[in-house]
Amino acid sequence: MTTRGAVAHDIAVTVNGVARRARVIPRMLLADVLREEWGLTGTHLGCEHGACGACTVLVDGEPARACLMFAVQADGSRVETVEGLVDGDGGLHPLQEAFRSRHALQCGFCTPGILMTLVAYLRVHPAPSEAEIREALSGNLCRCTGYQHIVQAVLEVAGGPLTPPSPRRGEGERA
Amino acid sequence: MRPAPFDYVAPRTVDEALDLLARHGDEAKVLAGGQSLVPMMNMRLVRPAVVVDLNRVATLGALREDAGGLRLGALVRQHALERDGRVARAAPLLAEAAPLIGHLGTRARGTVGGSLVHADPAAELPACMIALDAVFHLQSARGARACRAGDFFRGLLTTALEPDELLVEIELPGPSASPGPAAPPGSAARRTGHGFAEVARRHGDFALVGACAVVALDAGGVCRQARLVMFGAGDRPHLARAAAALVGERPGAARLAEVGRAEAGEIEARDDLHASARYRRHVAAGLAARALGQAVARAEAA
Repeated sequence: MTTRGAVAHDIAVTVNGVARRARVIPRMLLADVLREEWGLTGTHLGCEHGACGACTVLVDGEPARACLMFAVQADGSRVETVEGLVDGDGGLHPLQEAFRSRHALQCGFCTPGILMTLVAYLRVHPAPSEAEIREALSGNLCRCTGYQHIVQAVLEVAGGPLTPPSPRRGEGERA
Repeated sequence: MRPAPFDYVAPRTVDEALDLLARHGDEAKVLAGGQSLVPMMNMRLVRPAVVVDLNRVATLGALREDAGGLRLGALVRQHALERDGRVARAAPLLAEAAPLIGHLGTRARGTVGGSLVHADPAAELPACMIALDAVFHLQSARGARACRAGDFFRGLLTTALEPDELLVEIELPGPSASPGPAAPPGSAARRTGHGFAEVARRHGDFALVGACAVVALDAGGVCRQARLVMFGAGDRPHLARAAAALVGERPGAARLAEVGRAEAGEIEARDDLHASARYRRHVAAGLAARALGQAVARAEAA
């Protein structure tokens, strides 16, 4: 008799358009196989129980917490991670550009999960309001930014009304 | 953390899944969307020997209309409730509650059946199912049985489901097919409305207290059916007796507030880190009246 949980399963997953294979034991999380077997360390593990959203990836186009899916479950599916957002020449995704120009990240730990959540959301809702963006982000925790700049970055990409950048102190005094 | 070691099986049919549950019983856990089970496994609060993954059983994901009502396969994802026009038509209460269940990323995976079987007392779906008088179809290798939502929830994370049983399908009567005194012959069709209100710390959090209601009025505006269910306060959803007294009345705001206060006195309300029992009762009275008021107004406008 084999030891419990020792039987490995062969899986085949298309990750960011690339066919990947791995042999996994059941308790291995999707996040583990992405990071440790396939070297895609852009997917970050925060809380490991589904609360923080940092490990969000897209499975068959829908957002999923990679800490709440066993790797074996992903067999036969299509997974998108933050590494897949850049184009063929290494250019950033428009949302990533907006995050950079709007200072929508500080430490960056939560950023991949936030980007993937928003990419999926914007595919279905290309022009959300500020309130809708905040609701879409409710499952992703960021402890640095206070979300303000993240929301502004999404509005920029979605063509929504933007808050004008606050005047710098010197300019404000001259005005 | 990572789960304790377990064996993984992914049946392709309901019968295969039932055989596995018959064989492994208490040692097995059924994996649907995994949004409650996997966190508990990651924290090692649950250590099943075998995980039976239902995600390859295609038939469990079906959603279909049936005689004005709906039949939801247990594996229908929670986000389908907010996206699928058939749900908005046949069970608008579910469509309204769905955006408040967790977050985008959890609703995309989390299933309707999983939420019901998990039976978190603060979850939205169990309460809505009782308000809608849904019937749960349960199967095991021993046979099939039906259980009304009102009889299914037994306590904190506890249901009528046996270890070898699977919740296979949820049957929702259509808005006009709900039980209750039949309209007199010749009268116009009953008009139904629903209401939903909850208080949570943040969007997507479990509710501190919530209320949902379904009200049917006849052509003259007389209440023919009123079902009010409170959740989040005690160890399971509570079907309000006080609301049933509205049948035969033309309830106004003051009367609904009275029913809300009566129900707030009936519910079991717990003290915990998030809110005191006193606060829960206070809020419950207001939410009950609000959900009923919404339901009456919608029925009047229907």
